[in-house]
Amino acid sequence: MSATGPNVRAQPEGGAALVADDAPLLSVRDLAVHFPVRGGFFGRAKGAVRAVDGVSFDVYPGETLALVGESGCGKTTTGRAVLRLVEATAGSITFAGVDVRALGGEALRRLRRQMQIVFQDPFSSLNPRMTIASTVREGLVIHHLAEGAEADARVGRLLDEVGLRREYASRYPHELSGGQRQRVGIARALAVEPRFLVCDEPVSALDVSVQAQVINLLQDLQRDRGLAYLFIAHDLSVVEHIADRVAVMYLGKIVETASAEVLYREPLMPYTQALLSAVPVPDPGAKRQRIVLQGDVPSPANPPSGCVFRPRCHHPAKDAACARFVPPLEQKGRLSASGQSAHSVHLVACIKQPPTGISWEEQRAAGATKEPVLYMPVLPTP
Amino acid sequence: MSETQPLLQLRNLRTTFSTDAGDARAVDGVSLDVGEGETVGLVGESGCGKSVTALSILRLIQPPGRIESGSEIRLEGRDLMSLSEREMRDVRGNRIAMVWQEPLSALNPVFTVGDQIAEVARVHAGASRAAAKAKAIEMLRLVGIADPEERVDAYPHQLSGGMRQRVVIAMALVMSPSLLIADEPTTALDVTIQAQILELLRDVQQRMGMSVLLITHDLGVVAETTSRVIVMYAGEVVEEAPVRDIFAAAHHPYTEGLLRAMPRVGAIRERLTVIPGSVPPPTAWPTGCRFRDRCPYSWERCEREHPPLYQIGAGHVSRCHLAVEPERRARPHIPLAAVGTADAGALR
Repeated sequence: MSATGPNVRAQPEGGAALVADDAPLLSVRDLAVHFPVRGGFFGRAKGAVRAVDGVSFDVYPGETLALVGESGCGKTTTGRAVLRLVEATAGSITFAGVDVRALGGEALRRLRRQMQIVFQDPFSSLNPRMTIASTVREGLVIHHLAEGAEADARVGRLLDEVGLRREYASRYPHELSGGQRQRVGIARALAVEPRFLVCDEPVSALDVSVQAQVINLLQDLQRDRGLAYLFIAHDLSVVEHIADRVAVMYLGKIVETASAEVLYREPLMPYTQALLSAVPVPDPGAKRQRIVLQGDVPSPANPPSGCVFRPRCHHPAKDAACARFVPPLEQKGRLSASGQSAHSVHLVACIKQPPTGISWEEQRAAGATKEPVLYMPVLPTP
Repeated sequence: MSETQPLLQLRNLRTTFSTDAGDARAVDGVSLDVGEGETVGLVGESGCGKSVTALSILRLIQPPGRIESGSEIRLEGRDLMSLSEREMRDVRGNRIAMVWQEPLSALNPVFTVGDQIAEVARVHAGASRAAAKAKAIEMLRLVGIADPEERVDAYPHQLSGGMRQRVVIAMALVMSPSLLIADEPTTALDVTIQAQILELLRDVQQRMGMSVLLITHDLGVVAETTSRVIVMYAGEVVEEAPVRDIFAAAHHPYTEGLLRAMPRVGAIRERLTVIPGSVPPPTAWPTGCRFRDRCPYSWERCEREHPPLYQIGAGHVSRCHLAVEPERRARPHIPLAAVGTADAGALR
């Protein structure tokens, strides 16, 4: 049970054989999920909520990519689209070389053996009329992995693995605590031996002490089974603890992505800076600058032009150009060059953080008055 | 505890719910004070009794629940337990106000937010319709809602979560209460909105000079907002201290466990320390120390003897026998609740 030190965070231990292959397990390109807004007498589509609007990322075998952001930013929809629990409007999803969006019927079902999900709410994601054993067993039977006594034995081993005493096998969800139910949710996902798990806020509904138990369990399982996680969360302290890389979402777009180490030390997107500075620090003596954002997240049915974060942005060089250009995700940052592997480059969507491909001349032609300048407000340094 | 008479005094508060499984002693002998103008944090995990404590202060416990006789609740020296329901209604809203976790369920969906704020002024202060509306606009401005003249006519569903919580706070503040009880006021909100609401609470608390009892499970929120912290576990107060002491020198193993179990931004990424097991059901609190099965220090005495609140330092008390046998802290063991689980290895 050695601790994973910060120097090895990019290489999950124990999964060496699995990570040696440098091809991504999951590759998402320009993913869009738009939900139609209906209205009027005949319920015709009036417009669309752009829940996810052009998102690209990779997840490598054995690693944890965290998708973070506030409610409505599209992180959950992204996770569900990857599993085809909601249908994407555009873009490509490739899992282990297979085009996920092209699959149907039996092929999709076979693929789902490899990709599973752990839900946020362990209270509503378990069938109240099924015992723990039958819940965990269901996947084994559906995917023809085991039957009869063999299935029972596997259920027993899974319960051991997630830290539930075997006597719970015959109980019902209401007899279990929140943490225990979440362990059942994890056992159910693991039953079919997936390589990839979407963890959708798996610890948000749990108390601090139980949350720690479940985080440790997820890390142990990743190490032992070489699992890759897409970890969807809003709690930045949990994310820093568990993620190898982080992608920050705002209003349906990824606005910054980097290794966890770099993102927390040198956030460059003003939104990420505000998000990090808003995390309450459990140290009454801590003195730090807090960026309190004004206003709320705009509606994804009517996003602002140009940079989606513009109306709440605190970058000193914010000007008219921000409304004109949709900021591309560009490589930036002092820390990104040093010793980072190719897939953890630091990408930031902000035309006011240099260097940027949207040149000053172009910006000025669009009415810009303030030249891009590196802006890094003081952040908590414990 | 202040030298002058505290604003709120609870003595031996016991609130019990009759259930099929027997009496659930949700709050089991809680004594605490909130001083004039003070912000006190009440922390603990679900099921520890913190919300029932808040409801008991307001005497909002409905059958099958009851506040046991012998419980004392005093506000500004007045014994709330002896008040009639009518007198109690006057206390609620006028002297004590409450902000709930889920703002949408605290608001009536079929009335405008202005009507709901104005109703408080009309019921409690007998304000005229026009005066009440003017008051509603003033309150919306106070809690930082832009365009209050327009927003006053909005319905709850037209507002974002953060704005709804501002409206709930505005309703709570109409009568300038002396005590505001905020039960997980930011738990349902996003982190950037949480920062706004906490700033608002600090701001109105200072401007209006009221006292705040802040109920939360988030120790980060406690560190940034309160001056004194009361930790509850299994229906009891297990530790109470000035906020700095709680974070720098927690005494009770439960408090210590909570602090260690929390992932922190910027901390070295080690395996998280867990508190094994979970809170026991309130129908069957363990004898002796209620935390002993989950505790890495427990010994025979903890099973035999229910620990009293020991004085640890100035304003610092802890319900743990380690106060009299401190040397045992140096010899932790695997807690009973962890034996045979995957967490056992991680605890050493």
